[in-house]
Amino acid sequence: MCGICGILNLKSPAPINNNHLRQMTYALGHRGPDETGAYIDNWIGLAQSRLSIIDLSSGSQPIHNEDQSLWIIFNGEIFNYPEIRESLIKNGHKFYTTTDTEVILHLYQEKKEQCLADLNGQFAFVIWDSVKNEFFAARDRVGILPLFYKIENEKLIFASEAKAIIEISDSVTKFDPIGLDQIFTYWTNLPGRTAFKDINELAPGHYLKFSPNNGISIYNYWSLPFDKNLLSEDKSIPDFTAEISDLMKDSIRIRLRADVPVGSYLSGGLDSSGITAFVKNYFNNELRTFGITFQEESFDESEFQNLVIKHLSTNHSEVHATNEDIGKYFSDIVYYGEKPIIRAAPVPLYLLSKKVRDEGYKVVLTGEGADEIFGGYNIFKETKVRKFWSVNPDSQFRPKLLQKLYPYIFKDKRLAQTLQTFFKLGIDDPNNDFFSHIVRWNNNLRLKNFFSDDLKEQIGSYNAYDDLKSILPKDFAKWDYVYKAQYLEIITFMSGYLLSSQGDRMAMANSVELRVPYLDHRIIEYMATVPSRFKIRGLNEKYLLKKVFKEFLPERIVNRPKNPYRAPIKNSFINNKFLDLNSILSEKEISHSGIFDSNKVNLLLKKALKAETLSELDNMALAGIISTQFLHNDFINYKRLNVPDDYRFNTFIDKRNISN
Amino acid sequence: MKIEIQYSEITKQFIIDNFLFGNGAKLDNDTPLFEKGIIDSTGVLELVAFVEDNFKVTVADEELVLENFSSLNAIEKFLQSKINQPVTN
Repeated sequence: MCGICGILNLKSPAPINNNHLRQMTYALGHRGPDETGAYIDNWIGLAQSRLSIIDLSSGSQPIHNEDQSLWIIFNGEIFNYPEIRESLIKNGHKFYTTTDTEVILHLYQEKKEQCLADLNGQFAFVIWDSVKNEFFAARDRVGILPLFYKIENEKLIFASEAKAIIEISDSVTKFDPIGLDQIFTYWTNLPGRTAFKDINELAPGHYLKFSPNNGISIYNYWSLPFDKNLLSEDKSIPDFTAEISDLMKDSIRIRLRADVPVGSYLSGGLDSSGITAFVKNYFNNELRTFGITFQEESFDESEFQNLVIKHLSTNHSEVHATNEDIGKYFSDIVYYGEKPIIRAAPVPLYLLSKKVRDEGYKVVLTGEGADEIFGGYNIFKETKVRKFWSVNPDSQFRPKLLQKLYPYIFKDKRLAQTLQTFFKLGIDDPNNDFFSHIVRWNNNLRLKNFFSDDLKEQIGSYNAYDDLKSILPKDFAKWDYVYKAQYLEIITFMSGYLLSSQGDRMAMANSVELRVPYLDHRIIEYMATVPSRFKIRGLNEKYLLKKVFKEFLPERIVNRPKNPYRAPIKNSFINNKFLDLNSILSEKEISHSGIFDSNKVNLLLKKALKAETLSELDNMALAGIISTQFLHNDFINYKRLNVPDDYRFNTFIDKRNISN
Repeated sequence: MKIEIQYSEITKQFIIDNFLFGNGAKLDNDTPLFEKGIIDSTGVLELVAFVEDNFKVTVADEELVLENFSSLNAIEKFLQSKINQPVTN
């Protein structure tokens, strides 16, 4: 994996500032500490900081084709590159490295944008055709790897992280009011937007093209293939299980391709345990695993981790997340994540990737995506129960199923009836596009009460629900309600939060690459053909995946109730000597950033200091406000990085023949 | 002499401080607390605990229905009837 960045002239050739490229790669140094490289001509500057995983000796980027007309910078992995390479060689292509990077370039030469259909992987890359002056940038199907851009002064500035763009931007970066409104509704931005004004993200499954004559255009090349007509209604459970098992095996097999050892995260849940079991059984008996334990018992899963470690006898290392550490490193994860965040859960993952790196590993497999693709989340089951309830909204019996779903919320039996009322929201409109998520999102809306009057005014009449509605697929209304829920969860939470704030960013902060077997597009496409009644049987989630892993894992792991991965907020943030909340949330600081109402923030802090426990919403507000304040100091109230004079590109190709 | 205690006044201040964080402009005695999203599922726990602590009452299981806490007026009515009811052994 790597950090990529660059600057493209949009109107006419003009000298590209080499120092800007240096500043950008320097800002992305954590993504690629092994070496750097750059290419400059009259139109473009491409640069990259590399984390070497395949072809360690000769894979330096930018990489070119035979006649050096095409140049590429690439962040990611193409897992099926050996097969593609072989067929390209048969067609006469000549390679000077053994990298996957060079394979993309030749495939592009052959097929242009159609090349994306052949790629199985996680990627963000940029190709420059220096003869035709054509620019091509693409991002993987579900957004495992990031790519940001900004158009400024007739230039396109692009980078793996927004910080590299901010670093060289002519104007002072500001928060985007709409971007903030989205984050405090969905926990993340809708595809394309960021927390920063004028800085965009290339959406998952999209590519961007530019030529001086045609300008910039953006296209969608892949979307979640949910289509009623494609459902395999005639298959049996053993058919599904056998086919999923084969696909999983192959997905893991190609994700073990690397010139460095590959480890695996192990949480003690079904998803990561299943991957670990498959690697161990089919591919690598010496597997290294890594896991998190928590100081706070209610968050800790070590009992289950130990069960799997013993069962599979893996060589395991763990990182212990104390409340103090979670508070202490919260500012770090905001810097790397570049988004306000209403959870503390990324911090332990940041500590875990550091552990992986310290143990000499650069690449790990993780279980992300299984819950979205195979139907694991409570929100899917909640939708099912509410759908069942909606048939007879006055039933006393139907909503009782919610208690089965959320025993921890309903543990105070006295409140059962009152609680039910909250889940009743929207029950009279079961065909609503947002039926599955409306309870959760409406609850989040209350976070916006903390916004300052000024910010509210800037947001104006913008409505995040309408915005999301406008990007839904045309036939969305006709979909099965579980597919609708899956879709909404994937394009918001999974791509924007799980794979980013909690995924790539937390791993790359410590120069570690994540590989995500459940998000092999063949698996996503296959699971889209499985009727939802097989994904969740009654209220038994991930039914088919459990079947697949049954013979490889202890019974307790397969049948344990799903435990959401979380980290404590209040107990980590309050009375933590590394987090001076009186100063971070002081009236002066809050007024300075201008995002929140300082009186309200003050009352929230008072409440948090006094209360023994905080409600879910207050916890989210606390994390959201603190992280936004950190972000303000990191990127808005900002001093440029000090790039050392002796910081040089290891590879530098200069084809400029005009000067200032 | 009967002292009129306005339970809802005291409760209102609690709700403004703890759920609205100081902004009570939109909170009237008949504002629906749950429908308007002022109090959420876990907030109910806080509200009931406050009522029990402050007014020295114990809210019985069967009294924990939404109707008793749906608005400040409802809370007032509930507490008036609860506190003024004759003590029985």
